[in-house]
Amino acid sequence: MTKYIFKRILMLIPVIIGVSLLIFIMLDLAPGTVLDIIANDYSPEQLEELRHQLGYDRSVFYRYGKYMWDLVHGDLGISYIYKTPVWDLYMQRLPSTLKLAGASVLVSILLSIPLGILAARKHGSITDNVSMVAALLGLSMPNFWLGLMLIILFSLNLGWFPSSGDTEGIKSLILPAITIGTGLMATLTRTTRSSMLDVIRSDYLRTARAKGVPEKAVIRKHALKNALIPIITVIGTQMGRTLGGSVVTENVFSWPGIGRLTIEAVKQRDTITVTGCIIMSVIMISIIQLIVDIAYAFVDPRLKSQYSTASKRRKRIGRTPEVRANGT
Amino acid sequence: MNAENRENLRPDQENVLEIDHLTVHYVLEDETVEAVNDISIQLKKGKIMGLVGETGAGKTSTALAVLNLIPDPPGVIRSGRVLINGRDMLKLSKKELEEVRGSEVSMIFQDPMTSLNPVFTVGEQIAESIRLHEKCDQKKAMERAEEMLSLVGIPPERAAEYPHQFSGGMKQRVVIAIALACNPHLLLADEPTTALDVTIQAQVLDLMVNLKQKMNTSMIFITHDLGIVAEICDEVAVMYAGRIIERGTLDDIFNHTRHPYTEGLFNSLPDIDNRTAELKPIPGLMPDPTMLPKGCAFAPRCPYARPECIETPQKEQAVSDTHFVMCSAYQDPSFRIQRQEVFYE
Repeated sequence: MTKYIFKRILMLIPVIIGVSLLIFIMLDLAPGTVLDIIANDYSPEQLEELRHQLGYDRSVFYRYGKYMWDLVHGDLGISYIYKTPVWDLYMQRLPSTLKLAGASVLVSILLSIPLGILAARKHGSITDNVSMVAALLGLSMPNFWLGLMLIILFSLNLGWFPSSGDTEGIKSLILPAITIGTGLMATLTRTTRSSMLDVIRSDYLRTARAKGVPEKAVIRKHALKNALIPIITVIGTQMGRTLGGSVVTENVFSWPGIGRLTIEAVKQRDTITVTGCIIMSVIMISIIQLIVDIAYAFVDPRLKSQYSTASKRRKRIGRTPEVRANGT
Repeated sequence: MNAENRENLRPDQENVLEIDHLTVHYVLEDETVEAVNDISIQLKKGKIMGLVGETGAGKTSTALAVLNLIPDPPGVIRSGRVLINGRDMLKLSKKELEEVRGSEVSMIFQDPMTSLNPVFTVGEQIAESIRLHEKCDQKKAMERAEEMLSLVGIPPERAAEYPHQFSGGMKQRVVIAIALACNPHLLLADEPTTALDVTIQAQVLDLMVNLKQKMNTSMIFITHDLGIVAEICDEVAVMYAGRIIERGTLDDIFNHTRHPYTEGLFNSLPDIDNRTAELKPIPGLMPDPTMLPKGCAFAPRCPYARPECIETPQKEQAVSDTHFVMCSAYQDPSFRIQRQEVFYE
C-alpha cells in the first residue's frame, strides 16, 4: 500500500510540471508584460533592472525554471500591483475558498447521495422521476442566476443572510454554499443513482437478502460500498474544481476567495498573480486526485490487494474484527 | 409471532416445506411471463428433493418464492402458500422474514462468480449471517465462520481473503458455507454444481450429503443433471413450463416413469453401455412462457399427443400414494409410454 501511495505521489510530478509549463507559456504569449503596466511608477533604469531581475531578457524556459525553483521554496514572486508576495496573497484567500469548497461539497454529498440512493431504489417511480428532474434543474441553472435569486429572496426580501462578504461566519457561508452545492448536487445525484442501479439488482445483494440481512443494511453496507468508486471520483473532481475557486459564485457574493483574486488579477493584467493562482490550483487538484486514488484502494479490495503481500493482508484483516467490534 | 402463524404451527409438523398452489408471474410492460403456475410440493424433514427441468422451467423462481425473494417489480406472487415449519413465508412481516431467511431456510445460489460481494472478505460474509441470527459479537462470529470454512474444505486462514482471490470451485464452497452457517432446517440448492468441473462437483455433492446426514437438513436440489438426482435425492419433482408434471420418490420417477416429458429426459441421456448409440434429444423447444397453451404445455413436443391434450387443461393424477403425474392421457387406462419399468442399479 505504501508502495502504491509513493508511486502515485511520484506520478504527480510530471503532471504538475506539464500543466504548469503549458500555463506558463500560454500566459507568457499574451502581449504585454507587467513592466508595461507599472512603467509609470519607475524610472527607466529601475525598469531595466526589474526586467533583468524578472528574467524578461532571457528565454521563457529560463523564467519557467526559475519560477518553479522558487515555487518549491514557497515563493511565487511579487505582485507589482498589490506590492506583496503572491504566496501571501494566495494564502490569505485560501481559507475562505477552502471553507466554501468544503461547505458546498458537504451540502452536495449530504443531499445527493441519499437522493440518488432513493431514486435508484424506487427506479422508474414518481420519486425517481421527480429527483431526476430536480437534478436536471440544478445542473441547468447557471450559478450566477441562482446566486442572484438567492440574494434577492433571502438577503433583500427576507433579510436572513448577508448578501456578500465573509464576515458573519456560517451565516455568510450558507448562500454561496447552496449556490455551488446545487450545481454539484445534480451530477452527484445522477452518478449515485446510476451507480446504485448497477449494483442494486446484483446477485450478491440477493445473497445478502437471503442471509436475512435487513434491507437498510443491504443498501448501506453491501450496495453502497460497491457503488462508491464512481461517487468518489465525482466528489474528488468537484472538490478540486471548487478549490480552484468558483469564479462566478465568488464574484456574485463578493466572496474573498481564490476565484475572485484570480479575476481581479486578470483585470489588472497582474500576470504573476494569475500564474501563481492557476499553478497553485493545479497542485491542489492534483493533491485531491491523489487522495481520491488512495480512497479507491480502501474501497475496492481488488485494487488494494495488488499492492500488498498475502501475509501482511492477513495480519491486517485479522485485526479488523476487534477494531470494528469496538467501533460499533 | 401473530395469531395466524401460531394457528399454522401444527404439533405433529412433519413437513419442513409445504408449497400450496404457488403461482409466480413476472409482469412486464406488454407481456406477462408465467414462470411458476400452480405448483404444490411437500418435503419432509431430512429428505432431499430433486427439482428437475430444463432451463426456464421455473425452478429458480420457485426457490426464490420460497424465500419470498422474487424481485418485485416485475415479479408478482399471484397466489399460493409457502409454509416453512408451518409459517407462511408469503405472509410474514419484513422483520420476521429477515429472521427466517438465513436461519430456518437458506439458499445456495447458482452462480458463485457473482453471488459473493467483492468488497468484503469471505470470512466477513459468512460471519454476517451468524452475527445476525445468533446474536453473538463479531469476534465469535468470525471464529464460527472459520469453522464453517474448514467444514467446506477451505483452510480457515483464508477467511481474511476477498472473493476475487478464490477460484470458482472455492467460491462455490464459500456460498455453501454461507448458506449452512446457521444450520438451516431447509436448504435450497440452486444448481450448486453446474458452474463446477466434474472432480469438484463430486466433492461438493459429497459435502452436501454429509451435511444433510450430520445436521438432518431438508434440501431442495435444483438441477438438470439426472445423474446427480439419482445419486443424492430421495424424491424428485419434474418441472416443465412452470408446472410440476411428475413427482414421486426416486424409485417412482426413475423406475416407473409415467410422463412423456420425463421419458424424453431419460432418453436424451447418453447410454453408457452403448456408446455408439445416437442421442435422442426431445425435439422442439419449451413454449414461450409469455403465451402458454391452454392445454398441456408439452403437447407440441410429445410423441403421444392427442388432439384433446392441446385443448384440455391438465390435472394431476395419482399413480400411487407417492407418485403423481400431470398427463391427461392416463385417463385412458390402457395408455402406456415406451419406457416401462426399467430398473437402475
